[in-house]
Amino acid sequence: MSVQTEPIIRLRGVSKSFGRFQALRDVDLDVGRGERIVICGPSGSGKSTLIRCINRLEEHDAGTVVVDGVELTEDLRAIDKIRREVGMVFQQFNLFPHLTVLENVALAPHTVLKLPLAEAEKRAMQQLERVRIGDQAAKHPGQLSGGQQQRVAIARALCMQPRIMLFDEPTSALDPEMVKEVLDVMLELARAGMTMVVVTHEMGFARSVAERVLFMDAGRIVEQAPPAEFFAAPKSERTRDFLAKVLPR
Amino acid sequence: MSEPLPTPVRKGGVAGWLRRNLFGNPASAVATVLLGAALAWAVPRALHWTLTGAVFRADEAACRALGHHAACWGFVAEKHRLILFGRYPYEEQWRPLVATALVLAMLVATAFPRLWRRWILSAWAVVLAVFLFLMGGGALGLSRVDPGEWGGLPLTVLLTAVAMTASIPLGVLLALGRRSTLPLARTLASTYVELVRGVPLITVLFVASFVFPLILPQGLPLSGLARICIAMTLFEAAYLAEVVRGGLQALPRGQYEAAASLGLGYWQTQRRVILPQALVLVIPSFVNSLLSTFMDTSLVTVVSMYDLTGSLRLALGDPRWRGFFLEGYLFVAGIYFVSCLALSRYSQWLERRLGGWARRTREARA
Amino acid sequence: MQASPLSFRTRSGRARLYQLALAAALIALAIGAAITTRHNLEARQIRSGFGFLAEPAGFDIGEGPVPYTPQDSYLWAFLAGLGNTLRVAAAGVVLSTLLGTVIGLGRLSRNALARWLCTAYVEVLRNVPLLVQLLAWYISVTELLPDAANPIRLLPHVYLSKSGLAYPTPVWARGWAFALAGLPLGLAATWALFRWARARRERTGHTPQVRWAALVVFLAIPALGWAIGGAPRALDVPEVTPFNVAGGGGVTPEFLALLLGLVGFTAAYVAEIVRSGVLAVPHGQTEAAAALGLTRRQALRLVLLPQALRVIVPPLTSQYLNLTKNSSLAVAIGYPDLVSIANTAINQNGQALECIVIIMGVYLFVNLVTALGMGVYNRRVALVER
Repeated sequence: MSVQTEPIIRLRGVSKSFGRFQALRDVDLDVGRGERIVICGPSGSGKSTLIRCINRLEEHDAGTVVVDGVELTEDLRAIDKIRREVGMVFQQFNLFPHLTVLENVALAPHTVLKLPLAEAEKRAMQQLERVRIGDQAAKHPGQLSGGQQQRVAIARALCMQPRIMLFDEPTSALDPEMVKEVLDVMLELARAGMTMVVVTHEMGFARSVAERVLFMDAGRIVEQAPPAEFFAAPKSERTRDFLAKVLPR
Repeated sequence: MSEPLPTPVRKGGVAGWLRRNLFGNPASAVATVLLGAALAWAVPRALHWTLTGAVFRADEAACRALGHHAACWGFVAEKHRLILFGRYPYEEQWRPLVATALVLAMLVATAFPRLWRRWILSAWAVVLAVFLFLMGGGALGLSRVDPGEWGGLPLTVLLTAVAMTASIPLGVLLALGRRSTLPLARTLASTYVELVRGVPLITVLFVASFVFPLILPQGLPLSGLARICIAMTLFEAAYLAEVVRGGLQALPRGQYEAAASLGLGYWQTQRRVILPQALVLVIPSFVNSLLSTFMDTSLVTVVSMYDLTGSLRLALGDPRWRGFFLEGYLFVAGIYFVSCLALSRYSQWLERRLGGWARRTREARA
Repeated sequence: MQASPLSFRTRSGRARLYQLALAAALIALAIGAAITTRHNLEARQIRSGFGFLAEPAGFDIGEGPVPYTPQDSYLWAFLAGLGNTLRVAAAGVVLSTLLGTVIGLGRLSRNALARWLCTAYVEVLRNVPLLVQLLAWYISVTELLPDAANPIRLLPHVYLSKSGLAYPTPVWARGWAFALAGLPLGLAATWALFRWARARRERTGHTPQVRWAALVVFLAIPALGWAIGGAPRALDVPEVTPFNVAGGGGVTPEFLALLLGLVGFTAAYVAEIVRSGVLAVPHGQTEAAAALGLTRRQALRLVLLPQALRVIVPPLTSQYLNLTKNSSLAVAIGYPDLVSIANTAINQNGQALECIVIIMGVYLFVNLVTALGMGVYNRRVALVER
C-alpha cells in the first residue's frame, strides 16, 4: 500500500463519554490526504467531540486515533507532534485579545517552532495577506468584525503550516453578511489541496467543496456519501428528517 | 368646560432640587429638620474646635489653658517628626524623607497606564534598593541606622511596598496551584490559602515574632523587620491568590483551547496568553488589595514595631502632651484617610480607564 | 508500547513526577524545620507538648462570662478568652448589622442630607485602619469619661464612667434558668404556629393573622418558666459610692471601646453590602410586582427581599467572620480575648507553637462551621439555571 493511499486520519472504534452522557459510540472514520469532508448533524450528536479528538483537545476513552501515522495516546511527544500538523479554527474564534493581529498569528511559530521573531512575523504577514486581511495587522482583535476575526483565526492556524485543518462550526457565530468572506477563504484553502474536516450547517459549502458529507446523530456516523448522493437521496430516515429541517425551502 | 388645573409645582432650578431632595415626602421633611438641626449644632462647634479656637503653636501653656474646648495642634507641631519618622536619629531624618518621597513619586508614575512597560519593574527594584540603602546607610558617608530604629511613615511605606511586590509572584503561583490538575498542588495551594485567610493577621504576626526564631537555624538570624516583612508577604499572598484566581476564572475556556491547539505548552500558555489577560483584568481588585495591605501594616504596633500608628503611641507617651491624644489621632487618621481615599478613587478611575477587551471580558462575566 | 507509570513523556507520568518532587521537597523542609525547632527548644529549655494546658495559669483575667481564678488551668484560661471573643463578636454582629442596614438604606434615601451623611460615614470609616479607630476609642473612653466616683447617669441605675458601663442584672435563681430553658420552646412553638398558618393559607387561600399570637406565645412560654421557678425579682443594682460604682453587672471600658470600634468599622462595610444588595435587584422586578397588583409590603416581602438577600447574605457572612477575626485586635487594648490570653501564656511559658496552634485552630473552626453553613444556605436559595 503506497503512502499516497494511506488515510491521513484513521479512527477505529472511538468512544467518548462525559460522565453519564455518551458523546461518541464506537466511531470509525478514514480521511484521505487532501480529502475534504463535512460533518453535519443535530446539536449533541458528537460532531464537535469527534474533531476535537483528532487534536487531543478531548481524550477518547476507547478505540484508536491515528493521525499521519502517529497514534494519539497519553504520550506528550506524540500529542505535540500532532498539534503541529493539525490546525484548528473555533466557532468563537478564540483570538488572544491582548495581542495585535500580527502578534496573534506570529505567537505560535515563534514560541513553538522556535523561529526568530522577525521570521515568524514575516510568515505571519504572508498568511494574513493570504486571507486578505494584511492591512489590519496592527489592530487588536476587539477592533475587528466577526468575519475579520475568523479570517485572522484561520491565518493563525495556517501559519503553523499544518497538513490538516479542522473547522468547528466556523461560521455559526457570525452575522449572516460576514459568512461569505469566511467561506471564500475556506474555498481557496480547499482548492489549494488542504485536507479539511469541517463541522458546519452551511449546506451550500458542503455541496460545492466537500468530497464526502457525514451525518452524525447520537454519537454515531449514521450516513456518509458524496454530496450529490447525500442531498439528493439520503438513505436513512434520520438524515431525511435533519435535512428537511436544515435545508432552505 | 372643566375647571382649570392648578399651576404645576416648579420642578427645576434650585427650589425644585430642594423640594425633591429635602422635602420630598413628610418623612423626608422631618429627617431634614432633625438632621439639619443636629448639623447646625455640631458644625460650628467642630469648626471652633478644629480651627477658630485652636492653638497652632507648640506652646504648652497655651494648650493647657484651652482645656478640651479647642484643639491643640501644637502637639502635632511639636511631635510631628516623632510621629512621622519614629525613632530614627533626628539629624538623619532627611534620609527617610527623601526615600519615602522617591517611593511615592514612583507610585504616582506607576499610576499611569501609558507607562506600563517592562522597564517599570526594574525601575521599582532600583527604587526599593535605593530606599533600603538610604534608610540603612553604612556606606558612602551615610551612617548606619539599624532597622530596629526605622519607624513612622517610611516604615509603613516599606512594609506595604515589600509585602505587595513579594506577594505577587507567590500569589500567582498559589492561584495557578489552586487551578492545577495535579491533586497535590491543588490541595497544598488550597489548604494554604484557606488557612491563612481564616486566621487573623495578628496570629500570623505572632508566628513571625515567636515561631520564626524557633524554626530557623541559629546561624541564620533574621532581623525583626525581615521577619515581619515575610509574615506580611505570606499573609497578603493568600488574599492576592484569590484575586488572581478570579481573573483566571474569568477567561473563557476557548483561550486555553486555542493555545493548546497551536501546540503551546503549559508554562508558555500561562506566560503569553493567560496571565497577561488575567492580571490586567484584576488590576482594580489589585489596587484594593494594596489599600488593605496599607491599612493592615498598622497592626505591626502589636508586635512592637513603630510604624505610623506605633510612633503615635510613642509620642503620646510624653506625659506633658498626653491629654492631646485626639489631635494626634486625627492627624494620623487624616494621613491614612487621604492616602486611602486617593487609592480608592484611583482604583475607580483605573477601572473606567481600562478600556476595550478587559472591561468587555469583565462585563461579560459579571 | 506501554510507557512506565513515571514516564516524563505522558501527561499522567509527568504529573506523578512533579507531585513526587513537590512531596519530597516538602518532606525535606518539614524534617529540617522539625530538627532545628527541637534543637532551639532544647537550647532555650522550653517544653513541648500540650501538657501545660492542665497546669494552673497563674494570671488574672479581668472580665468575662466564664468564671475564672488564677488557680484554674491554662485550658480554662483559653476557654475564658474564647468566651470573651464570642461575647464581643456576638454583640458586634448584632449591632453592626443594625447600624449598617440603617446607614446602607440611608445612602439610598431620597433625602439628600441623609444620603450625604451616610456616604461620609462610609467613606471615612472605611479609609482609616481599624486599629487606629480602636485605639482612638479606647483612649477617648479612658480619658474623657468621668471617674467612677462621678459617673454619667444614662438611665436609672445605668452608669457610664471610666470604669465602664454598669447596669442592673437579675440575681441568678431557678426561675431564670427555667425562663432560659423556655426560650427554645417558645421559638419552636412560634415556628410551629407560622407553619400552621402557611399550611392553612395554602389550603384555603385565607391568611390567618398569627403575628400577635406568635409574639404572645414567644414571650409567654419563657414567662411561664420564670413564674414556675418562683418568679424571682431580685436585681443586683449598681449604686454610686464615694469611690466608685458598686454592684450590678457591667462591662469594662476595654469591652466598650472594642465593641464601639468594631461596630463602627464593620457597619460601614455592612452598609455597602446592603446597598449593593438592594441595587442588585433589577428595577423591572418592582415594576412587575406593581403591575401584578401586589402592595408595596407584599412586593418587598415576596419579590424584592428574597432576591436582595441572596446577594447580601454571602458577603455579609464574610464580614461577620472578619469582625470575629478583627476582635483579635483586643490584644492592643488589653481586653482579655482569646489572642490576648494566648499572648500572656506565651510570655509566661514560652510555648509559642502550641498556643498559636490553639488560637489558629479555633478561628479556623469558626471559619469552617460558617463556610459549611453558607454552603447549605447557598444551595437552598440558589436560582435554578439551565
